[in-house]
Amino acid sequence: MFIQQLINGIMLGSTYSLIAIAFTLLMGILNMLNFAIGEVFMLGAIFGLTFIHLGLSFHLALPLAMICTGASCLVIERFSFRPLRNAPPLVPLLSTIGFSILFQNITVNLWGSERSQFPPWMEPINISVGPVLFSLTQGVILALSILLMIALDLFIQRTRIGRGMRAVAESLETASILGVDFNRIILMTFFVSGSLAGAAGILFGLSFSIVSPFMGMEPGIKGIAAMIVGGMGNVRGAIVGGMFIGIIEVLSVGYLGSAARDFAVYGLLFLALLLRPQGILGVIQPEKERI
Amino acid sequence: MSSYQLDLLSNLGINILLALSVYCPMATGQLSIGNAGFMAIGAYVSAILTVHLHLALFPSLIIGGITAGIIGVIVGFPALRLKGIFLAMATLGFGEIVRNFFMNFLTPLTGGAYGFRGIGSIPISISWIWGWVAFFLLFFFFLSRSRVGLAMMAAHDDETVSELIGIHIVLLKVSAFGVGAFIAGVAGGLYAHYYLYIEPEFFNVWESIHMVLYVIMGGMLTFWGGVLGAGIFTLLPEFLRFLLDWRGAFFGIAIIGLMIARPSGLITREMLRVSFWTPYRKGVKL
Repeated sequence: MFIQQLINGIMLGSTYSLIAIAFTLLMGILNMLNFAIGEVFMLGAIFGLTFIHLGLSFHLALPLAMICTGASCLVIERFSFRPLRNAPPLVPLLSTIGFSILFQNITVNLWGSERSQFPPWMEPINISVGPVLFSLTQGVILALSILLMIALDLFIQRTRIGRGMRAVAESLETASILGVDFNRIILMTFFVSGSLAGAAGILFGLSFSIVSPFMGMEPGIKGIAAMIVGGMGNVRGAIVGGMFIGIIEVLSVGYLGSAARDFAVYGLLFLALLLRPQGILGVIQPEKERI
Repeated sequence: MSSYQLDLLSNLGINILLALSVYCPMATGQLSIGNAGFMAIGAYVSAILTVHLHLALFPSLIIGGITAGIIGVIVGFPALRLKGIFLAMATLGFGEIVRNFFMNFLTPLTGGAYGFRGIGSIPISISWIWGWVAFFLLFFFFLSRSRVGLAMMAAHDDETVSELIGIHIVLLKVSAFGVGAFIAGVAGGLYAHYYLYIEPEFFNVWESIHMVLYVIMGGMLTFWGGVLGAGIFTLLPEFLRFLLDWRGAFFGIAIIGLMIARPSGLITREMLRVSFWTPYRKGVKL
C-alpha cells in the first residue's frame, strides 16, 4: 500500500518537477518568475490534443507541441522580459500575469471551456511488480519525464549553450564582456523553459485525462512550490522538490483524506519559506552553481 | 439609481477597499498575493457572527476585520524574513491555506464548498460600503502627510538606510501588514453582506492577483494609484461589453502594454508632487 502510494506520488511529482524546472530555469538564469508557466503548461496539453485530433501520432504531437509552447514563451520574452530588463523585479512578474490572462482567454474562446480527454494512447496493459501495480502508460510517462530531465541536465552541463546559460546566471555583464551572445542565451532559456512546461502539460493530460483551459493554475502554483522547496534556481533541486510535493500530496490524500491535500502542500511551502528559504538542496549546492 | 448602477458602485467601493488593503503593505515594500485569504476571514467571521450569533452588522464587520488583522500580524512577523518573490509566494500559500480551511472546516456553520447562503435577507445599503471607503481614504490621506507616512516611504525605498536613521522597521512593516489585512477583512465582511452569499472559491488566487493588479496598474507609490486602478478595473469591463468573450484577452494585453509603457503605474510620486496636496516641501528631492 505504502509503496503503491509512493509510486503514484512519483508519477504526479514528475509533472511537478518538469514545471518546477521550467520556473527554475528562468529564475536561476534571469531572476524572473514567469507566472504564465501554468498557462504554457495548459497550452502544451491543448496543442498536443489538437495535433492528435488532426491525425498526428503521439510521437509527433509531443515534440510539435513542445516547439509551439517554446515559441509562446519567446513571445513572453519579447513583451514581458526584454522591455522590462531594467524595471524593478516585480514588474516582469506582473506582466506575465497579463500573459496568463491572455492565454487562458484565447484558449477559452478558440477551444471552448469544456473538459476534454486524450484518446487512449496505448493498450491498457497493467504491469505488476510485486505488490505495486501501474499501467504501461504511466510507466512510459514517468520514463519520458525522467528522460527529459536527464537530457536537460546534460544540455546545461555539457553543451556550449548550456555553458552560456551558466555564465549568464553568474552575471549577465561579465558573460557579455567575455563574448557570450546573451540575447541568444536568453531566448534559448525561454524556449527550453516553455517546451518543458508544454511537455509536462501533455504528459499530465495523458495520465490524468483532463484537458481544459483552466487546468494550468493549480499545477503552476505547485510547480512554484516545488521550485521553492527544492531550492530556487537549481535544476536538481526542482526535480527533488517536485517529487517531494507529489509524494506529500498523494500520501496526505491516502492517509489523512482529501481535505488534507492542499493543507499539506501549501503548509509545506509556507514552512519551507520560513525555515529553509534556500531549499532542500540549498546547502549541498554552493551559491556559485546556480543551475 | 437602477440596481445595475448600484451593483457597479458597490463593487467599485469594495474593490477600492481591496486595493487599499494591498497598497498598505506594499507601501513598506511588501507584496502580498494572499489578501483574498484575509478577505475570506473577514467575510466568514462577520457572516457567522450576524447569522449564527445575531450580532449587529457594525460590530460583526469590526470583529471580522480585527480577526483578519490579528492573523495578518501573525503572518506578518515570519514574513519579515522574506522579500520580493519569496514573500509573494508565502502569502500566496497562506491564501490557499485559508481557502482550503473554509472549504473543509466549520462546514456546519458555513456550508463549506456548497457556499454560505442566507446571510441576511436584504443587502446592506451602499452607504455602508462607501462610508468605509471614505473612512479609509481619509485615513490614508492623513497617513501620507504624517511622519509615519514618510517612514513608510523610506522603508519602501531603502530598508537599511531607514533603519539607520532610526525607523523601527519591524513595527512599521508588521503593522502595515496587519492594517492591510484589517482592511481586506472589512471589505470581505461588506462583500458577504452585500451579495448575501459567499463560497470559498470566491477567494482564490485570482482574486488576490486582481487586487495586486489594481495597485500596480494605478501606481504602487501612492494610495491614489490603488483607487484609480480599482476604478479602471471595475468600470472598464462595463465599457468593453462590445468585446464580448474577448475582454479577458484585452485585459491581458492592457496589462502587458501598461507594464511596458509605465512600469511604475499610472500615478507616480512625481505627478503628485506638483499638485496642491503634496506632502513634500517643494524642491526636496525624495
